[in-house]
Amino acid sequence: MTSSEIPSGTAYAAEAALRPRRRRPFTFARLLRGAAPYLLILPVVATIVAILGYPLYHLAQLSFQKYGLFELIAHHGTSVGWANYSSILHDHVFWDVLVRTVVFTVVNVGLTIGIGTLLALLLTKVSTIVRVLLTAGLVLAWSMPPVVAVQVWTWMTDPQNGIFNYVLTKLHVGDYSQHDWLATPFSQLSLTTSLVVWGAIPFVVVTVYAGLSQVSHELVEAAEIDGARPWRVFKDVTFPIVKPIFLILTSLSIIWDFGIFTQPFLLIDQTRINTSNELMGIYLYEEGYVKTDFGRGAAISILMLLIVAVLSIVYVRRMVRMGDEAA
Amino acid sequence: MKARRRRIRFAWDALGLLIFVVLAFPVFWMVSSAFKPDEELNGATPTWFSLHPTISHFRDAINRPFFWDGIKNSLIVVSVTVALAMVLAFLAAIALAKFRFGGRKAFIVLIIGIQMLPQAGLIIPLYVVLARYHQVNALSGVIVTYMTFVLPFSVWTLRGFLLGIPKDLEEAAMVDGSTRVGSFCRILLPLVAPGLVATSIFAFITTWNEYIFARVLLNDQSKQTATVWLSYFTGTSRNTDWGGLMAGSTLIAIPVIVFFLLVQRKISFGLTAGAVRG
Repeated sequence: MTSSEIPSGTAYAAEAALRPRRRRPFTFARLLRGAAPYLLILPVVATIVAILGYPLYHLAQLSFQKYGLFELIAHHGTSVGWANYSSILHDHVFWDVLVRTVVFTVVNVGLTIGIGTLLALLLTKVSTIVRVLLTAGLVLAWSMPPVVAVQVWTWMTDPQNGIFNYVLTKLHVGDYSQHDWLATPFSQLSLTTSLVVWGAIPFVVVTVYAGLSQVSHELVEAAEIDGARPWRVFKDVTFPIVKPIFLILTSLSIIWDFGIFTQPFLLIDQTRINTSNELMGIYLYEEGYVKTDFGRGAAISILMLLIVAVLSIVYVRRMVRMGDEAA
Repeated sequence: MKARRRRIRFAWDALGLLIFVVLAFPVFWMVSSAFKPDEELNGATPTWFSLHPTISHFRDAINRPFFWDGIKNSLIVVSVTVALAMVLAFLAAIALAKFRFGGRKAFIVLIIGIQMLPQAGLIIPLYVVLARYHQVNALSGVIVTYMTFVLPFSVWTLRGFLLGIPKDLEEAAMVDGSTRVGSFCRILLPLVAPGLVATSIFAFITTWNEYIFARVLLNDQSKQTATVWLSYFTGTSRNTDWGGLMAGSTLIAIPVIVFFLLVQRKISFGLTAGAVRG
């Protein structure tokens, strides 16, 4: 894999320029050299094992136990075998939530990558001033903390005084005065999608645009002179070059959107969160934490972690190969 | 031909401007609403800007209960997390960038893999384990939790910055007779300082924005962080103080936006930026 396949940036460009390693002339480090890297990574590894590794081990245990509030205080659960898993897998709510989360993920990732790519292509067409403006807009959207963005969305879609309803009514899209955007599960999840996609697009645009700038003009022009239409140019010339970037962006987006929590949790009014609109992260929170049935929650967590682990194989493998190249 | 090309360019520019408006509007609306008097916020016809801007909403927001607690707690959590994480991550990044060693690949898998874990899936194990060690409802519990999310991407990003330092410079220092530690302090550290600053800022943003664990692990209102404070702003009443809410939102978003603009140019490299997403 060459550096041109990686989302650009100084750090990665430098990797390509890396020289073969020479033997270091000094002796003081000879003894330490073998141990040094391990000493250097030790603090990080120890922290991760203690704060993440142990809880994950505990999570696996919990998922086979009855563990509620009483057990939490007593620090001791009672083993129930596979009961938590079988109760979840036999619960149609779990399957509903799974299907809903998959559909939500596909729609959100599709919109994010699709719109993001179109905007990146647009950036190559506009004049410098518009490009600077557009980049500024992207950075603004990107930098909004999710919790803040949720509050702004709530205000903009307020049935009474929200700007959404006002503008839609003014544009004669229909009578949207007093329209409640959180009335139905579909509407709730669509609103969540608009918020998520808005926040996720900038990362995609900036990354794809950086990738596009590595596609040589001569190549595109040659294809155009040969009479290729814009779609063909994109499909046969541009896309193959930026394909690795899409692979990384898509798998990252899938993982993020599948595990999404904050945006739907806060945007959909607490009183309206129920089994008809829950996504996986929220379902798990409600079943395990709110109902203080930690054993069952642990089993859902394990299932969710397994699903995400499978989803992230492509990404992790690619990143590891990249990280292994240098040094 | 030329006229046609100009028309096409103009059409693209117009589309670009439209999209700029759509992207930036929520941020504009937040700030503009924060300065509007109540009668404009609740009026039948919205105004774009207020001709009579007021700062009363900002006064209301900061005088609401627990605002300063939230800011203080967030600052404590953020500064301790970032400071600790940078020291630990920098050491590990040196190992990754400058050494070959057995288990290196396993270590990379570990730090990449951790970033893929869905946070929602970790609520229960972390809550149960931290409760056992009396770290629920304590800032220290939140700090150690955040460490696990900040460390992996900090290691990865710092490794990138370290690789960016030309080997010649390091070697030149060694030829001059300085030890490896000496060359590290005099040559490597100043060169990597911008990278450390950028990574710290990313870590700052991630930690400042975090919501789920702060919400689950901190029960007392006096212990909560700024984002949790903001999420409780609307409360249960039907009459939301929109002006105050937007003022509070602006106050919490400002540090992030400012820092984000500072490191914006370094953002394009993949995973780091990804870590910033909530």
